[in-house]
Amino acid sequence: MGIVTRVNGPLVEVEDLAGAAMFELILLGPNKLPGEIVTLRGGRATVQAYEYTGGLAPGDRADRGGIPVSALLGPHLLGGVYDGLLRPLTRAGPWLDPAAPALTSTGRTWRFTPLVEQGRKVAAGTAIGRVDDAGSLAYLVLSPAGEVTAIRQAGRYGHDDAVAVVGGTEVRLSRRRPVRSALPYASRLEELVPLTTGQRVVDLLLPVCLGGTAAVPGGFGTGKTVLLQQIAKWCDADVVVYIGCGERGNEMADVVAELAELTDPRTGGRLSERTVVIANTSNMPMMAREAGIYTGATVAEHFRDMGYAAVVIADSTSRWAEARREFASRSAAIPAEEGYPADLASALAAFYERAGRVTTLGGATGSVTIIGAVSPPGGDLTEPVTAQTERFVRTLWALDRDLAYARHYPAISWRESFSRDAGALTAGAPEDAARCARVGRLLAEADRLTALAELVGAGSLPARERVGLLAGRLLREGFLQQSALSPLDAYCRPERTVLIADALLMVLTRCQELVEQGVPVASIEDRDFSPVLRAKEAPEEEIAARRDTVLNELETLR
Amino acid sequence: MTAWAPVEYTGVAELRGPLMVVQGVRDAGWDEYATIVLESGERRHGLVLDVDHDLAVVQVLEGTGGVRAEATRVTFTGSPLRIPVGTGWQGRVCNGRGRPIDGGPPIFGDESAAVAGFPMNPTLREPPAEPVITGVSAIDALTTLVRGQKMAIFAEGGLPHLGLAAQVAAQAHAGGTPFSVIFAAMGLTHADAATVRDILERRSSAAELTLLLNLACDPVIERLLTPRIALTVAEHLAFALRRHVLVVLADMTSYCEALREVSAARGEIPARRAYPGYLYSDLASIYERCGRIRGRAGSVTVLPVLSMPAGDITHPVPDLTGYITEGQILLTREAVPYPHIDPLSSLSRMMRAGVGAGRTRPEHLDLAAQIQAGLSRARQAGELAELVGESALSPADRRYLTMAEAFRTHLLAQRPDEARTLEETFERAWHVLSTLPRRDLSMLSEEALDAGYQGRT
Repeated sequence: MGIVTRVNGPLVEVEDLAGAAMFELILLGPNKLPGEIVTLRGGRATVQAYEYTGGLAPGDRADRGGIPVSALLGPHLLGGVYDGLLRPLTRAGPWLDPAAPALTSTGRTWRFTPLVEQGRKVAAGTAIGRVDDAGSLAYLVLSPAGEVTAIRQAGRYGHDDAVAVVGGTEVRLSRRRPVRSALPYASRLEELVPLTTGQRVVDLLLPVCLGGTAAVPGGFGTGKTVLLQQIAKWCDADVVVYIGCGERGNEMADVVAELAELTDPRTGGRLSERTVVIANTSNMPMMAREAGIYTGATVAEHFRDMGYAAVVIADSTSRWAEARREFASRSAAIPAEEGYPADLASALAAFYERAGRVTTLGGATGSVTIIGAVSPPGGDLTEPVTAQTERFVRTLWALDRDLAYARHYPAISWRESFSRDAGALTAGAPEDAARCARVGRLLAEADRLTALAELVGAGSLPARERVGLLAGRLLREGFLQQSALSPLDAYCRPERTVLIADALLMVLTRCQELVEQGVPVASIEDRDFSPVLRAKEAPEEEIAARRDTVLNELETLR
Repeated sequence: MTAWAPVEYTGVAELRGPLMVVQGVRDAGWDEYATIVLESGERRHGLVLDVDHDLAVVQVLEGTGGVRAEATRVTFTGSPLRIPVGTGWQGRVCNGRGRPIDGGPPIFGDESAAVAGFPMNPTLREPPAEPVITGVSAIDALTTLVRGQKMAIFAEGGLPHLGLAAQVAAQAHAGGTPFSVIFAAMGLTHADAATVRDILERRSSAAELTLLLNLACDPVIERLLTPRIALTVAEHLAFALRRHVLVVLADMTSYCEALREVSAARGEIPARRAYPGYLYSDLASIYERCGRIRGRAGSVTVLPVLSMPAGDITHPVPDLTGYITEGQILLTREAVPYPHIDPLSSLSRMMRAGVGAGRTRPEHLDLAAQIQAGLSRARQAGELAELVGESALSPADRRYLTMAEAFRTHLLAQRPDEARTLEETFERAWHVLSTLPRRDLSMLSEEALDAGYQGRT
């Protein structure tokens, strides 16, 4: 048993902790507040506490937990809402009092079906059984390597019941795993597979891969949270881990309520049944916010190991970095850029590195994709968290304040964003590559022309360039803008994205041809393009007809 | 509290800015409340910021001026600060620490609560869904305040943000359900405080108001406690006594400066503009105390008011506030006349949930969007007019300039003592839109236009 000697907010120093290990769980004071060892000097340890430490005093006891800070991974996860240490919030009271007694098991049971027979030798990570009533997908119970010496019959079991003995080890429905170290896998896969998000600008221009990483930097009011919520709702992953990291409580309440109402288009169940929500709002203890990011990654890896595609959405990684800065400052570490600790860049890199599409130990294919929001103070994209994050992610969706003010949502800037996988993803499909390149070219050209038109007036530009301006407008309004509130537009499946893009491109090709044939450009600009501009809100089978309406109308100009 | 007499410590080892280091301390916990008795018998109060072995760093709320290291006695109360809560606060005027300054008796309550508060369980939050009617047209029509929301008022220097906050505090209601206002003033000048008291007079005499006053000449560190006392009282009124409570926190920039002062005295590593790195979390621990709880009647709505130093919205205080609050009302010099609300830069993120049929008017959202769209077009037309002259504008553009003018004179302009009903606000909003041709109002349904449009069709 150790003795608390110093308390400074979440920083607690403890003496007489001989034998303790780095990152070991420590229970502080009479209320047994959880904490984690972050520095060891002989028997003296610096502990970061995961709860409010008001009233904790020097002389209070501190007990060793004997294990690293860990999370309970089990069939209960899908559909639940948890705090940064994966303790269920759904069963806590309205006020989160650290002195309240720890939550005990509800005694819930799950329907278990064995998948292997007794006596079989299995490799590590083999699914030896499944649980069918744990959310929208089959929850697989994975084993260590060895011979199955005992396995339960099909039936209902609690999360802590041993369902099998493999190689002398009891296997339970749930397992406790340290959150700071990645769960092991066999090998990484090179082949790129896109994650479909249902957002046109992302899927066509700035795609992200299964096992890839994406960051979303944007100042307040640019629609970061709405974009991430859209992806959480509509991306085609099997499991979504949504981490509310130091963000608004009302927003978390909203996400949870919406996910519980929306139907998953692929399973017919509720979207919440494929989602694990980790809610650490900005007023909850700061260091649990720091741990929550890792807890979320661990949960995703747990489902990856069952052969699923998991997506981690972290809103916002800036708050996580601030928690690290806060703690570094209290422990008097020498600061690097803007007070952030010197390991900011390596910590960010290590976090994003937990993404990947892999062959699991059991031989299945699974992936963890990480999408992180970044909240740059003052909208300054050169601040350390944004600048360092850009170095490590494969895809960047930079949100632009001017676009947001113009009510252009999602306000993803096509100039400042990038996707390093876009080229490789369309490598086998020249048609897709050409479409993506043409849209990108037209947008860039329109930007250049807009700047020019602001100086000299659009009227004095040559006809060809005025068609370039028209192209920018049609693509922005008819393709890039996507309403999160419109039922038909909120989710756009890839086939539909292609249909809309091709319809617009075909109309633009015709406009260019007409101008080259000497049709006055003003008469083209005056045409009613709304059938194609509103195609995104129309049923899919109408899109071709809408395109033809506009083409026919243009034909009359010839 | 311990049953035996608390131990008095006399070992003041160091005095630095607002901080006092006491040595030889046993059993004092972090964030504990302390009482300090000076040689003269004067009592001051403090909070423990750091305990290291037998050293306790105490932040003295009333400041350390005149404190001698010798002959000063410090007692620790054994727990973080708790205050009595209940209806006793209503109709009272107190200082920034919650001590009455209205000549009345001390405030008692059957229950007490910790001022630090506990985080509300996000899974038991009820999403905000009903409006607070402020009686200010520009707010009610375009950036509706919703019960359980936190929305900030940002102002450039020299604008009457305190007057507007006081007007909202004086007029706000929740449609006849029990309503209370807690006005926490931090770092206000005497003149400002007097204005605020005047405006809030009636509400105070109706025992619906608690005024916590920390003036510019009052101890700076006391300000760190003021918003937390306000919110602790509010949470009890809302969630135990089922009232809708509006908490106005003015001026949060002064609060943040107090926080910076303590941080500097402690030698902490500064972040942007020398504000501490934990400014975001600290502000969140205040603003996030708004909300509603599933199955309980009341709500806490938080309205932080802050002046933007040098009019800079990227200054850390407005910037971090904007990241936490669910919308902002921006006062600018260009938006004349009073209340100086810039309709295009102001936004209520909760509005969608709080207005519409059964709450305000069925067409409310469309109406607000249509006015915003019109004003945005008028702004473009105005910029163009500056380049080419108004006479060169198209008739359509000129109509939008007329509409913007109608907005300024009919909807925005309002006397500081004028409370408008929702009916009157909508009447005026329709008047503004009726300066445009009906076919331009594409965001409104035919049904709404038939009922509300007053122009020539």
